[in-house]
Amino acid sequence: MEAQVITETNYASDPLLGPALITLDHVHKTYQMGDIEIHALRGVSLHIDRGEFIAIMGASGSGKSTTMNILGCLDKPTRGHYSLDGQDVSTLSRDELADIRNRKIGFVFQGFNLLSRTSALENVELPMLYLGLKTSERVQRAKEALEIVGLGDRMNNMPNQLSGGQQQRVAIARSLVNQPSIILADEPTGNLDSRTSVEVMDVFQQLNRERGITIALVTHEPDIAQYARRTIVFKDGRIKNDYMIKDPRSAREELESLPAIDEDDEDEE
Amino acid sequence: MNLLLTFRVAIHALGRNKMRSGLTMLGIIIGVGAVIAMVAIGQGASAQIQAQIANLGNNMLYVIAGSQSQGGMRGGAGSITTLVPEDVDAIERECPSVKAASPNVGANGQLIYGNQNWVASSGINGTNEKFPEIRLWPIAEGDFFTEGDVRTAARVCVIGQTVKDNLFSGSDPVGQTMRIRNLPFRVIGVLSAKGQNQYGQDQDDTVIVPYTTAQKKMLSITWIRMAMVSAISPAATFTAQTQIEDLLRQRHKLGPNQENDFFVRNLTDVAEAADQSSKIMTNLLASIAGVSLLVGGIGIMNIMLVSVTERTREIGIRMAIGARSAAIRRQFLIESITLSVVGGIFGIALGIVATIVIAKTLNWPTLVSAWAIFASVVFSVLVGVAFGYYPARKAAGLDPIDALRYE
Repeated sequence: MEAQVITETNYASDPLLGPALITLDHVHKTYQMGDIEIHALRGVSLHIDRGEFIAIMGASGSGKSTTMNILGCLDKPTRGHYSLDGQDVSTLSRDELADIRNRKIGFVFQGFNLLSRTSALENVELPMLYLGLKTSERVQRAKEALEIVGLGDRMNNMPNQLSGGQQQRVAIARSLVNQPSIILADEPTGNLDSRTSVEVMDVFQQLNRERGITIALVTHEPDIAQYARRTIVFKDGRIKNDYMIKDPRSAREELESLPAIDEDDEDEE
Repeated sequence: MNLLLTFRVAIHALGRNKMRSGLTMLGIIIGVGAVIAMVAIGQGASAQIQAQIANLGNNMLYVIAGSQSQGGMRGGAGSITTLVPEDVDAIERECPSVKAASPNVGANGQLIYGNQNWVASSGINGTNEKFPEIRLWPIAEGDFFTEGDVRTAARVCVIGQTVKDNLFSGSDPVGQTMRIRNLPFRVIGVLSAKGQNQYGQDQDDTVIVPYTTAQKKMLSITWIRMAMVSAISPAATFTAQTQIEDLLRQRHKLGPNQENDFFVRNLTDVAEAADQSSKIMTNLLASIAGVSLLVGGIGIMNIMLVSVTERTREIGIRMAIGARSAAIRRQFLIESITLSVVGGIFGIALGIVATIVIAKTLNWPTLVSAWAIFASVVFSVLVGVAFGYYPARKAAGLDPIDALRYE
């Protein structure tokens, strides 16, 4: 099913609705590699409102990963400003950024990035450890998060006892357990087969639709981008395209139309 | 993140790789075990020597009559008859470094009480009333003889524990009359048990009588075989020796070209030297063992560095989800401290077991000291901190983006 594309628009935040969740204001990022300066970002301005589901696309070297790193407070802009949840985070210290990541950002990675030999439950508890929550609250919230992603019965499994799709769902549970302002997913389906990819996108769509969680995902697969409601395309360190998808694909409907598969058959390491 | 939690995270991380954690600990286990066992051996030897020193008496010197030379034939030590009780009085009176002195004459012979008889292996010793003070050998029952007994050459005796056990078989010897070389003596006291001397001789197998009694009633001599001298302090044994030598040369009217007709043996001196050398040996052993502990520490650093590299991605994940640098540093530091402390505890157990095995199989004296255990624990914590700090700092200093991308 092809998603319909509506025309490019300029998304300024509406002053009546308060500030946008995320505002990038002429963000530049320059890396120094020996004598050469690499301009990864050349003035990116962007608004993301609460509840959006955005796909960020672009060729490698287009600046999409750098943007994700900056959005994720893993990196700081060389110039320009980044405001998250009304707070200018472009000048914060390393430790302050760590706290922002802990409280306001959830990460989902291509390679799942779960701690090995650590149960699903403990993996999901991890962000709350650094938040300093009590054990009972950590366990309770981790269980809830795992139930949301449909892994209520796999809590004590180690990552190597879970399929790729299940591991990614543990990672999603981990990303949402501290109730972040935004979940940033970097190629979350890159290591998954197509059916599992749809399943993972279903989880994202549910979180976005039912819980209003803001999601930004980086992908190079146009198919995957069409599950989002807005697409931002990067090229040469700038935003080339920024458009709404009028009728995104529904992962749920696609799954229902696919033949059922026993979960245990899709194990992959 | 609080310390207890960090500790649990660290334990969990170590538990994920039990084999490696165990092998890393082995370095510390062996190091701490070696230190404890070596110190135990050294201190055991030292304690044994100390006990012997205490056994020797009160800063004691022996003045032994010299050998007699006649027509080229030399008799053994004690064969000369020039050492007399008056010399002993003079030593005590005129040598400032001397606290007390007693003549000593020895005799052998049969001891009889009732239907029991016995020959004391350490012989019959004639001394004056200062014997308990000089030998640091207290009386267990009854009394020692007095100056009056010595002056009157009384037929009284004090017996050692072995003699008591063999002649009196359980009954109270004090006040009884026994026969020494067929002469009746009244037993007035029993010495406390002293045990063996450093040559394995049973010191308790003896009878002490006034030296005058031994001279007149047993041996019919006026000279003495030797004198026991107690110096005022361990260090004073040296000056006492010189003073005694000068005094006796003068009293024996020896010219500048004549040899001494006596020997002075400074027992404390010999023992102190032995003690000193055993202490040096202890330190040497401990240092060698300390080197193995150091190597164990370097092992920890090595493993921690490998671990930081290997777990770069884990560090990246932790940072991405909000771990501050300090939390990462603390985690790795606690991991290395845990390795070293747990290793240290096992090492203490190993050290104690090794000490017991050495003591049992080689029959060496050993002494496990609380001090060595305490020092090992402190040292292993220090090793953990010292050798864990650099890897921990390295981990904490990683850039989260690079760490996440690390393959």
